[in-house]
Amino acid sequence: MSLITLIPLFPLIGFLINGIGFRHVPKSLAGIISSAAAFASFACALTLFLGFNGQPQIVHLFDWITVGTLNISMSFQLDQLSLLMLLIITGVGTLIHIYSIGYMSHDEGFGKFFAFLNLFLFFMLLLVMGSNYVVMFIGWEGVGLCSYLLIGFWNKNSNYGNAARKAFIMNRIGDLGFLLGIFLIINHFGSVEYSEVFSKIAEGGYSSGDKTLFYITILLFIGAMGKSAQIPLYTWLPDAMAGPTPVSALIHAATMVTAGIYMIIRSNIMYSLAPETLDIVAWVGLATALLAASIGLFQNDIKKVLAYSTVSQLGYMFMGLGVMAYSSSFFHVMTHAFFKALLFLGAGSVIHAMSDEQDIRSMGGLRKKLPITFITFLIATIAISGIPPFAGFFSKDEILAHVFEHNKLMWAFGVLGSIMTSFYMFRLLFLTFFGEFRGTEKQKHHLHESPIAMTAPLMILAVLSAIGGFFNFPHIFGGHASLAAFMEPLFEQSAIEHVAVDESLEITLMIVSVVAALLSAGVAYFIYVVKKTVPVAEGEETGLQKVIYNKYYIDELYDTLFVKPITALSNFFREVIEFLVIDLIVEGVGKLVKTLSSEVRLLQNGTTGYYIFAMVLSIAAILVWSLKSFLLG
Amino acid sequence: MPILSVLIFLPLIASLVVAFSPDQFKAYFKWFTLGVTAIELAICIYLYQNFNHDVADYQFLEQLDWITLPLGNLGIGSIDYLLGVDGISMPMVLLTGIVMFVGALSSFQIEQKERGYFSLYLLLTGSVIGCFMALDMFLFYLFFEFMLLPMYFLIGIWGGPRKEYASIKFFLYTLFGSIFILIVMIALYLSVVDPVETAVRIGLINDVSEITPQIITEVQNLLKDLKIPSEQIVHTFDLRFMPDAGNFLPDSWLNILSGTQIFSFSARALAFILLMIGFGIKLPAVPVHTWLPDAHVEAPTPVSVVLAGILLKIGGYGFLRIAYPIFPEVATEYAFVIVAFGVLSIIYGAFNALAMNDLKKMIAYSSVSHMGFVLLGIGSLTSEGINGAVYQMFSHGVLSAMLFLLVGVLYDRTHDRRIDSYQGLANKMPLYTAMTAIAFFASLGLPAFSGFIGEVFTLMGGFNSPLIPRWLTAIAAFGLVLGAGYFLWTLQRIFFGKYWVRQFEGTLEDLTFREKSMLYPLAILAFVFGIFPHLIFDLTNATISELLKLF
Repeated sequence: MSLITLIPLFPLIGFLINGIGFRHVPKSLAGIISSAAAFASFACALTLFLGFNGQPQIVHLFDWITVGTLNISMSFQLDQLSLLMLLIITGVGTLIHIYSIGYMSHDEGFGKFFAFLNLFLFFMLLLVMGSNYVVMFIGWEGVGLCSYLLIGFWNKNSNYGNAARKAFIMNRIGDLGFLLGIFLIINHFGSVEYSEVFSKIAEGGYSSGDKTLFYITILLFIGAMGKSAQIPLYTWLPDAMAGPTPVSALIHAATMVTAGIYMIIRSNIMYSLAPETLDIVAWVGLATALLAASIGLFQNDIKKVLAYSTVSQLGYMFMGLGVMAYSSSFFHVMTHAFFKALLFLGAGSVIHAMSDEQDIRSMGGLRKKLPITFITFLIATIAISGIPPFAGFFSKDEILAHVFEHNKLMWAFGVLGSIMTSFYMFRLLFLTFFGEFRGTEKQKHHLHESPIAMTAPLMILAVLSAIGGFFNFPHIFGGHASLAAFMEPLFEQSAIEHVAVDESLEITLMIVSVVAALLSAGVAYFIYVVKKTVPVAEGEETGLQKVIYNKYYIDELYDTLFVKPITALSNFFREVIEFLVIDLIVEGVGKLVKTLSSEVRLLQNGTTGYYIFAMVLSIAAILVWSLKSFLLG
Repeated sequence: MPILSVLIFLPLIASLVVAFSPDQFKAYFKWFTLGVTAIELAICIYLYQNFNHDVADYQFLEQLDWITLPLGNLGIGSIDYLLGVDGISMPMVLLTGIVMFVGALSSFQIEQKERGYFSLYLLLTGSVIGCFMALDMFLFYLFFEFMLLPMYFLIGIWGGPRKEYASIKFFLYTLFGSIFILIVMIALYLSVVDPVETAVRIGLINDVSEITPQIITEVQNLLKDLKIPSEQIVHTFDLRFMPDAGNFLPDSWLNILSGTQIFSFSARALAFILLMIGFGIKLPAVPVHTWLPDAHVEAPTPVSVVLAGILLKIGGYGFLRIAYPIFPEVATEYAFVIVAFGVLSIIYGAFNALAMNDLKKMIAYSSVSHMGFVLLGIGSLTSEGINGAVYQMFSHGVLSAMLFLLVGVLYDRTHDRRIDSYQGLANKMPLYTAMTAIAFFASLGLPAFSGFIGEVFTLMGGFNSPLIPRWLTAIAAFGLVLGAGYFLWTLQRIFFGKYWVRQFEGTLEDLTFREKSMLYPLAILAFVFGIFPHLIFDLTNATISELLKLF
């Protein structure tokens, strides 16, 4: 068996052991088995990566479905894109598994949690490894299932159940788009294999702006909207924070939510030929980035801030895709996986220390009690704010530079977004770790740094967040942009034309965004450290702040526009159409027959005279009828 | 060995045995029934394994002349005892074997009038399986009607509080539909000629075994030129001859060239519509579905299992066996209308399921929604669509059986089916929760379970069919979202949150051994058929490719 097939197999085995053996596998073993499974996959992926010769490799497992002329195979494809995704998923995944051993140690569903986590890894690996759209779709829905199970992990709380359901259903809406897109691909290319579809496009002489490709790409993008939480399907992600924090880190920050970006990069040849779709992608991405960042400005739940930040960063990635800066977007996927996983795990460490308190208004001054968490959190904050030389700076600026070539207005909005990012992140940092402790005495007494199982992953991720940028160190600083060079073959078939940005201009752009981010961090420092402002209590927000705090009332809007009408309609069907229309007709037919027969029954009254009378009458009628023509001439 | 006949007559004889056994054996009836259904299942598996995937035609054929009546100028009437299975009926036969066996296990809870119950149950088994194997339309109709009798009593005697209403509603609805089928059957009989028997009659060959395609063509040519005297024409109910337009009498109503008009419909179109209504009631398609929720709510668990698991499939099977091959050009013409009814069923059923508070009703409406996919797939007239439709029937058979068993588990314990009577069962009944979650997710079309394959392929067929506008299928796809909606909503209400059960003092016991032995295999089947869909597609592919050549 090749290493490639082993990669998804390990987590699957881990899932089976912990899933079937739930409550039988000892707690001390369950976490280790799962982490080992994740690590084994990582080891395989790393080996493959080191031995990779640049040629895509396809491993055919078996023919899955053959119907009519359509053949769908279960096979894996190993190329630059899937390799990088594999490394991120298994690498970050392993760290988060280890972290979870510490984080979930007091939970009674410990084994179940690890089973689900492994199952998630399995589906995620399937998603990125599949060599055709159907395998990707299977993984796609599978991670949706795991996301559902893990968001609702503490399902005794009905709000958490609601969040899980919302996530699944919103994703389902996106999945429909994806599914219809796959149908269109099958219809036009007769295959779902990437290699076949893409070579047919490359050879088929499709011109830019082809209608078919437009529909396909837009449908696939709807799928991406769902999974990667873009407007209008983003509201599930902040609610998804109901799940345990490692889940938020792994699924709702580092891996699953980037599936949409993976899908578009995978299909880049189609997107490059559909400029209208690319425009839509870019603007949706930008709008999401700004909307989510602005909501993040006034949130007080540590995980909610990070959630909106994730939505916003995903928006940046889509904006990059929209201007065909595929490798830059992927670079951001990578660095984001590092620093956002780190931020969530750091938040988890804080929540752990605070006895499950998530409100930053009750925190403060934690840097002394949780030094490792603080330092790593600080590194991640600098990284995400785009301040050099940490990872986020390089990836974000690459995207912004490409956006600048494409559209200057969009760039300006993008910089506005990064100002907001820097502000809400430093606000979070200052409120949590600086100033005086604002929680209860009991919490204060309980404060402690997390165990090594939790801090070790933090430190590793902190290193990656710090140096991650050098994986794609740009030319202007004398680097080789190695990531971009590595990914080059993926884009061979798409006609990407990037105007080379003037070096001095590029440096100017960087300086503008860095200065903006620093200024905004400074403002946050002034407000929350110097002036010691603490956000107002629940319900006391006013004006714009209130609107933003309530997330622009988008959830309420969706509720009014979709949920309520659907509920009303289904009740209407149940109460009116079923019982007052259809069954009334059905029973009406029965009643009609009954009524008629009870009337006709009276004819059979048993009186001989009456029968004779009827007979004579009938004979007369028949006679008249037969003689009709004779009588009338 | 006439293996298909064994499949039919074994349960029929067993039914008589139960009916005439003395009362002292009462305790063994259920074991006896279980044994008989186990043998049936074994035979079905044997058939499945020996079924040749590459042959599109009928296999395991058994033919006996049953009734031959010289009718003078009306020709000669011939009814055969003709059995066989092809790629469309094979999955249904297998499904019948599985569901009847599980249903027999589930029937162990029946505690009154066991003799009658098990006798009727076996009678039902025989007639259902006969229905899927009969290739003579008369025989098919016989079995089709015969099923009503045991079903009527099984609901009417062992049912819930409104059993009389439900059973009579079920009975009349189906009878109403079968009258339509009867009309078409008679019209077909008057129109279709058995070329083989006719060749023997007019002396072209001496024995049916000497038949060659040339002779058939010769007979058909003679027929076309009206050169065969009408008293020598052999009329037939044989479904194998009906798809061939050459076997229709040139002056008959249903001949494709006759152009007979009835109420401004062509006679063929009308016949097709009548068949679609007849089988549509069975499916059931909206708006002729209202018998189903009532029947399910009142029926005892095993009867619900059989009803949803198999009886509904006869509707879809009837489309594919009778309506479509015989009237292909009408089916093409009305593709849009048929699919529109399919989509209506999907969406309307799903909306209703969303509003239900009775667990059984919720599942009954989800059945309506899922069977809508069958209509969509068949109506699309594409290879993916029809294969997907057969798959969906099989998958729904397994899953709906599982769903109704799951309701039964809860109902047995508390005698309450209202969704809002439960909360937080997840902690008290973890295995039950896991099984329900599997059944729900499999039903809402999660990949790796069988429901996904059926739904995706029917949708794909609809989407890629040139006969159907794309928006219609896109609406149908919305059914998947609604499906996720009602299943997850139910899951959450019953299993999540704090434990609470309305008016129930005792402790809720988790799955018993008998319940596990029914639910686990079904869950595994849903999973296995989801991972290896070729287990079914390999059966259906050849036959359906052949069927599609008619269009």
